Amino acid sequence: VGHVVLAINGAEVNGRFTADGKDVLEFLGNPANYPVSIRFGRHRLSSNEKLMLASMFHSLFAIGSQLSPEVGSSGIEMLETDTFKLHCFQTLTGIKFVVLADPRQAGIDSLLRKIYEIYSDFALKNPFYSLEMPIRCELFDQNLKLALEVAEKAGPFGPGS
Amino acid sequence: ELFVLTYGALVAQLCKDYEKDEDVNTCLDSMGYGIGVRLIDDFLAHSAVKKCRSYSETADTIAQVAFKMYLGVTPSVSCLSAAGNEFSLILDKNPLVDFVEELPAERASLCYSNLLCGVIRGALEMVHLAAEVSFLQDRLKGDAVTEIGITFLRKAED
Repeated sequence: VGHVVLAINGAEVNGRFTADGKDVLEFLGNPANYPVSIRFGRHRLSSNEKLMLASMFHSLFAIGSQLSPEVGSSGIEMLETDTFKLHCFQTLTGIKFVVLADPRQAGIDSLLRKIYEIYSDFALKNPFYSLEMPIRCELFDQNLKLALEVAEKAGPFGPGS
Repeated sequence: ELFVLTYGALVAQLCKDYEKDEDVNTCLDSMGYGIGVRLIDDFLAHSAVKKCRSYSETADTIAQVAFKMYLGVTPSVSCLSAAGNEFSLILDKNPLVDFVEELPAERASLCYSNLLCGVIRGALEMVHLAAEVSFLQDRLKGDAVTEIGITFLRKAED
């Protein structure tokens, strides 16, 4: 429940169709295509949803660090629910890296630091990337994907987002 | 070496583009600023420095970790004011001027390595520390040492 098909036989799925335009249900209905490997996961957020989530979180983070009974609190580091864990790492420059993951997933702290390194190497050093804009750098995406795969393999379950 | 040569070519080109030394200096400073605001994250991501709790710690970190990491030199730090917000970094060796003997006569007030001031200023700004950074002394201008002065201004809050 709440899960969607993310990939079939390694090819990514978008809604009902695969990247090359095949209808997923049709493909699955045809026994000639078995055995087939299907990857399930939570629904991926759209860019707008991500922006909304990020700005809401930013405000909550600020409130959190003000409300904290500890002096000099650094803000929200982790938010745990039944179905997921939200990890946040804030750099000294005020950039926040947010990772949504399965509650059982381990190694998120090192993943966050690795993402910070990847960000500084491939996004910041790209002369055509403007600060505060969405990151559309291929090298950044590639390396990010690699880092996520490494983290997935290390943890017991499920993909991060 | 390629970097130092490239920097030299950059300064030479700016000198052709701008007549006044102040303009070249300003240009170098802005370019440095653009580098600094990005370099700071690279610095923080790749070094294990924790948040600095005082201006003095900050100046030490700049000299001993950052300069070492990016230019391979370690300037010495001294505090210039009783209030604890003015510091100077004294560079024994400035790698940027490896191939420069002296400034040409018509460029007497050129701050050749002004890019560095911009970098420091930009980087500090991204960690919410406003500062004025400039060359207090420059060997290229005939002074005894090369000295960069950092004056921390009121700390900006988040």
